[in-house]
Formats: sequence, C-alpha cells, structure tokens
Amino acid sequence: MPDDYLDQELPLEAKSSVILFSLLIALLFNLLPLQEIILLLRPDFVAITLLYWSIHHPQRIGMSLAFIAGLVMDVSNSSILGQHALAYCVITFFGMILHRRLRLFNVFKQAPQIFWVLLIAQFAVFLTGLLGGTYFPDWYYFFPSITGALLWPVISFLLSIPQKPKSDPNEL
Amino acid sequence: METVPQFFRAGPSPQVRLFFFALLSILLMVMDTRFGSFSGIRQTVGTIIYPLQRLAYIPATLFDQVEELINDFQLTKEIAYLRQQYFFNQQKLFRLQILEEENTQLRKLLGAAQQTEIKAIMAEILYVPRDPFNRKVTLNKGSSSEIAAGQVVVDDLGVIGQITQIHPFLSEVTLVTDKDHSVPVQAARNGLRSVISGTGKNNELELRYLSVNADIEKGDLLITSGIGGVYPPGLPVARVENIEHDRSRDFAIITCTPIAGVNRNRQVLILSLSSPIPEQPKEEPKNTAQQERKSRAR
Repeated sequence: MPDDYLDQELPLEAKSSVILFSLLIALLFNLLPLQEIILLLRPDFVAITLLYWSIHHPQRIGMSLAFIAGLVMDVSNSSILGQHALAYCVITFFGMILHRRLRLFNVFKQAPQIFWVLLIAQFAVFLTGLLGGTYFPDWYYFFPSITGALLWPVISFLLSIPQKPKSDPNEL
Repeated sequence: METVPQFFRAGPSPQVRLFFFALLSILLMVMDTRFGSFSGIRQTVGTIIYPLQRLAYIPATLFDQVEELINDFQLTKEIAYLRQQYFFNQQKLFRLQILEEENTQLRKLLGAAQQTEIKAIMAEILYVPRDPFNRKVTLNKGSSSEIAAGQVVVDDLGVIGQITQIHPFLSEVTLVTDKDHSVPVQAARNGLRSVISGTGKNNELELRYLSVNADIEKGDLLITSGIGGVYPPGLPVARVENIEHDRSRDFAIITCTPIAGVNRNRQVLILSLSSPIPEQPKEEPKNTAQQERKSRAR
C-alpha cells in the first residue's frame, strides 16, 4: 500500500483561480441539456470536483465555497434551496476528515471509496427531497454515484494537470 | 498565553463547520418549502448563471443544425406534404372563421361575455434538471418577453405544464406530471368534470376522487375544462389508460397518460389569456343565508 504513495508526485499548491475555474466548468457540464438515459447516468460533476479539491488541497477550499456552489446548483436545478448545499457540505466534510487516508491510495483504489461518499451526498439530497415532499425517485436514482466513481480517475487526472511540477525534481 | 503559528492555524474543526452549514441549509430548506420566501434570491442567482446555461446549450444547437442539414434531403417531400395539408387546413380555417363570427354574433345576441383571446409565445426548453425525477424544466423566455407565472405551456399535442417561476430571461415550468400539479379537466366524450393530478412518475397522471360508478372508460380523452380560468378550455391533457376498481377503497384508481410530449419536445408554446381572470365572487350568499338563519332564529 505505501508503494502507491511513494509513486505519487508532490503536487504544487493549487491556485484559487484554478479551483474556481474548474468549478465553473463542472457547473457547465451539469447544465448540459441531455436526454433520458444519459441524464440518468450523468454524474454530479460539481460534487466530484469539490471532493477532489477537498481531498488534495483541503486548505484551499472551505465549506462556504461548497455551500455557495450548492445554492447555485439548487437554483439551476429548481430543487429546494439548500438541498444541494447540504450535500456538498457533507462531501467537503468527508474530504476533510478522510484526505490523509485517501491520499495513500492511487486513483483506481480511491474510486470505490469515492463511491460511498458520493452515495451519502446523494442520500442527503434524496432524504431532504422526500421530507420536503417534492418527489419519489425510483431506485436508479443512485446511478450517478456509480458513474461518478467510475469517472473519478479521469477527472482527478484532469484536475491534477495544473499542479504538476514544472520540471522533474529528480533531474540533475 | 500560547499562540498558534500562522502555518498551523486550521480554524474550526470539520465537525463544527459541517454542523453550522447543515443547520444553515436546513433553515434555508424549511424557509423555502414552508414560506417560499426566496424567489428574489432565485431570480438573482438565475440571472447570474444565465450565460453559463446559454453556453451549455450550444452543443445542442449545433446538433440540431447538423440534424437539419441531414433532413434537408427530405425537404422536397415534406414541402409537398405540407402544401397538401395547408389546402386542407385552409378550408377548415375558412369554416372556422365563419363559425367564429357567427359565434361572436350569437354571443352578442345573448349578451354573454366575450371569449378570451389567447396569445401564444414560442419558447424552447433550455435545461432539464440534472435529477430526472424533478418534474420541472427551464424555458429560454422570461419576464423580458412578457411571460408571467401561471401561464400555460403546451406543445402541438396538448398541455405540458404551467409556468411557476420566472427569471428575467428564463422561466421554470412545472410539468403536469409533477406530484403537486393539478389541471381541471373534463372527459371529451360526456363532459364529466374532474381534476387530474400528476403522480411524480414519468408519463403518468391520475384522476383522484372519482367515485366507482363514474361514467369513465378506458381510452377516454380528457381535455381542459377551462374552469378556474387558468387553462383555456379544450386543450387535450391525457387519455385514460387503466381503471381499477378496488373494493376496499371509496374511489376508483384511474391512471392516465399525458398526450403531450411532456419529456420529448424542445419547442413549446406559452399561452397567455389576454383578459384578466375575473375575481372570485365573494361569499355573500353564505352571509345572507346565515342572516336568514339568524332572523329565523329570532
């Protein structure tokens, strides 16, 4: 297990502009008008991006940013105001308390663990929606967590690009 | 006194932060569902993210254009067909004009109120919520194109829903399949009046509280009755799909399927009744009845 950690490069500190930009792009992906099946499978990109930043750069991202992102998502999703805000805060919470442990694994071993975090966040949206009396989803409502976990390696690779060290530290 | 160096300062612990933000969001949710006091915030945030929504819509328009290019090959056929249709429809239209004139005259004779004229605005579905179980869609026309909450949204087949929230350039439509949405309808066959409600499921509506012996059959077309003044009369809403008589219940379980492409179309029409809805008559008759009762008691 520690081998995974030794293989990893030491990333540079993330810039806040990069974080904000990535969140905007994730929001854009969430807003894409899609049809039935893809809509069912589409992961919550904002949630995954927030989770990535809170695992890899927990000092740079606060829960307030997650809260605001959640409010924006609630408005665009026309759900109850606060539903996604709560879910995203839960996500950053797990990122904050688990980041030391999760960083020991490589991305493929992280993915199944990411699945549970995403599922808990979705469950928060599901429960609040149920209590608010807005809707009763079917069981396949939880698909996006699975696809999100499957996409985790790709997304975390893309998000790690800006933090790559400019030159190889082992080079003479 | 011990001071923590800047480098190690971490602020409140994650648990405390989560507790604070969870409380805040629960407060927001309660305020939003119980008092609905945040339409201002919704409008501002909606306007801020409007450019993003437009940007996200670009791939769809590109796709449409490519599709149009491919369809160009079939255009000649379609033009011929449409021309034929046009002649047929023109004939019908003439008859309709005559009937309309006759109708207005007859109405004048009767001294009845003029039927309301309906204005229609074309709009496109811009955004379907990320969560497919949320029965709401966003349209690309808002209060800047004189759209108001409460207006009816239809497609070429029938009713889709009703506008429930407006932003300056966008508006939100609650679909008829939403659990909290009801439409006053009547059966086209015999004029039986009822109210049809969504179930929150895809492509399913239900007629609640119709007694077991109500004259309704499988395949009946349900159209808006115009009662309530929100929906113009005569728009198709649903077709009865299944009637179940459960002896343990007082009412029949009647499921219907919506006629309009509630989750198919991209182009829709927003209808607005140009004359305002007449105010509901005040409850004077009741008072007089009470007074009568009182006077009788004396």
